[in-house]
Amino acid sequence: MEKKEGYLQEEEQVVNPWEVSAKDGGKIDYDKLIDKFGCQRLDQSFVDRVQRLTSRPPHVFLRRGVFFAHRDLNEILDAYERGDKFYLYTGRGPSSEALHLGHLIPFMFTKYLQDAFKVPLVIQLTDDEKCMWKNLSVEESQRLARENAKDIIACGFDISKTFIFSDFDYVGGAFYKNMVKVAKCVTYNKAVPSFPSSFPHLFSGKDDLRCLIPCAIDQDPYFRMTRDVAPRIGYHKPALIESLFFPALQGETGKMSASDPNSAIYVTDSAKDIKNKVNKHAFTGGQESIEKHRQYGANLEVDIPIKYLNFFLEDDAELEHIKKEYGAGRMLTGEVKKRLIEVLTELVERHRRARAAVTDEMVDAFMAVRPLPNMFD
Amino acid sequence: MGYSKDQLLVRLKELQIDFSQYEHPVVLTVEAQAKYVGNMGGALSKNLFLKDKKNRYYIVSALGDTKVDLKVLSQRLGLGKGGLRMAPEETLVEILQVPLGCVTPFAVVNESARHVSLLLDQGFRTHERCFFHPLSNDMSISLDACGLDNFLKSIGRDPSYVDLEANPPVGKDQPPDLAAYVPSVSTVLPDLPEKAPSSQNSIGNHVSAAINSAAVTAKVVKPAGNVQNVKEKSVNGVRPLFPAADVGKFVEQLLDRASALLLSEISEDSIKQHGGQLGAEVANNIKKCLREDLKNLATIFKNTAYTEGFYTGTHYQPKRL
Repeated sequence: MEKKEGYLQEEEQVVNPWEVSAKDGGKIDYDKLIDKFGCQRLDQSFVDRVQRLTSRPPHVFLRRGVFFAHRDLNEILDAYERGDKFYLYTGRGPSSEALHLGHLIPFMFTKYLQDAFKVPLVIQLTDDEKCMWKNLSVEESQRLARENAKDIIACGFDISKTFIFSDFDYVGGAFYKNMVKVAKCVTYNKAVPSFPSSFPHLFSGKDDLRCLIPCAIDQDPYFRMTRDVAPRIGYHKPALIESLFFPALQGETGKMSASDPNSAIYVTDSAKDIKNKVNKHAFTGGQESIEKHRQYGANLEVDIPIKYLNFFLEDDAELEHIKKEYGAGRMLTGEVKKRLIEVLTELVERHRRARAAVTDEMVDAFMAVRPLPNMFD
Repeated sequence: MGYSKDQLLVRLKELQIDFSQYEHPVVLTVEAQAKYVGNMGGALSKNLFLKDKKNRYYIVSALGDTKVDLKVLSQRLGLGKGGLRMAPEETLVEILQVPLGCVTPFAVVNESARHVSLLLDQGFRTHERCFFHPLSNDMSISLDACGLDNFLKSIGRDPSYVDLEANPPVGKDQPPDLAAYVPSVSTVLPDLPEKAPSSQNSIGNHVSAAINSAAVTAKVVKPAGNVQNVKEKSVNGVRPLFPAADVGKFVEQLLDRASALLLSEISEDSIKQHGGQLGAEVANNIKKCLREDLKNLATIFKNTAYTEGFYTGTHYQPKRL
């Protein structure tokens, strides 16, 4: 059942794609959010089903409840079981060159989905939007789009199954026709990539193809509009799989922000930067003194290092151990931070190495309007 | 269109290369540069951009004190006496995409300089740090030879150092010792009065015609900072294999990962713990730990190979019937 979309300002917490804040500086109540938005919880039965269908262990983000809500995922999985595949759609608004770990989350998860389900992916770079709303020149937005594309490619997408496009390059033809059909103003072109006919070079004759969109939960209102429109134009409603916010280093009162470098770990941060940022700026749930800490243990609800490890520490057993020891006060904040620094440094290093291998020619190839004959293999 | 100073600095930081930077007014000579950074604890370099009679280009980067004799160098390269001269000023901008007085080893980062040979003074190795211009003469950066090597390797160049002052005999029984440094492809600039294409390397010929629109327009979104090259020029030469597309290197990476893990898994403790079963235990662990890592490496390799094919395919010139 779709809830009517409405502004949440009058409620206690504010979550929409432009603004995120919790009630009185506390933490975001995700249950309330799911309730307000009208999407579904992604429970363990789903995670098990994904594991069965893909014959591989579910991604750490699924195991830990990072991707925790959805719309119509059951339909996608039902169709998949019948042999009807789907395609993935995700995107980025290239407003700055600096990407932080929060930006990478949907891409990391999407890569897993591409590998696990063996399906194609379209990635939209909304350079036109950024050009208009952020007052960038056309050339600058296009340049940022290409630079961001390199970081996206570095997440490990398979070039034989992935089409990256920028609005400035691609809008026109079938895509534009769908835009007009949607009959909204141009900023709502986020709806259009969910329709397979927008990509005639990929999905010609496959109007029945479903679309799954991994995104952060604050994107839900955008896609609700799309889901309203889809049946009217004769397409399946796109399905959504939605993630928690990646909290800022200073605490879960909001999202990471590109304008505050200490709120986030950037993919360009050096090992030294990461160490500094975690040690100096991460908000912890540890007690004020060692004695108190040993006595009461850490408050895991607000501890940022634990939350970050929840996202990025692959080993379930190790994470459980750390939570147990830290929560009981036997492990100190410094040790938890140290482990986090290791994990993040390795992640960022791996990303940098992968990015160094991305050439301009590779970006051109990813962005070329070309057939993908093996996209479902 | 060429790399900007800022892009270079970002790249160096990304590669975690240690360097110091010093801004100063624009300088066109080593003496002028010395006024600003002469006492900063690094050796200054002099950088020459040279050309031979067959339109092949060279950057010779040497310590300020090293004597560079162009006649000797010419013989050591196998170009005969007097085969080398200073390259005309326009070529600096066209090929290296740096302003006058700014020749620097870093210029080889530009696509247009793909076939410029780079000769580095072995004297750089003996100094803690050396100064170079980072694609702009209003700044000098100092770094050690190791750092320079890492940068060059990251763009697919093999850094090699030469004794520039040596003067070995060259004759019938003594082949020119620097012959390997002569580029295999010459660089032709359409605007300059050069000989007809037929005198050049045949590969370069076909590709130059194709490169003009496709490859170069693909680069059209370089930042506005570079004011010099307003028009897009086509340059001879196919872009060579980027390191990741090299099968040998790829396999080495995989083997390195596997053997590192193997070594860490086999220790006195683990032997005691598992005894005869150690093999099975280690095999299992290796699979578990390496699976994702190796998949990532393989994906990079796949994407690179695909890109090469795509590039070649889009520049393919069908036979004229």
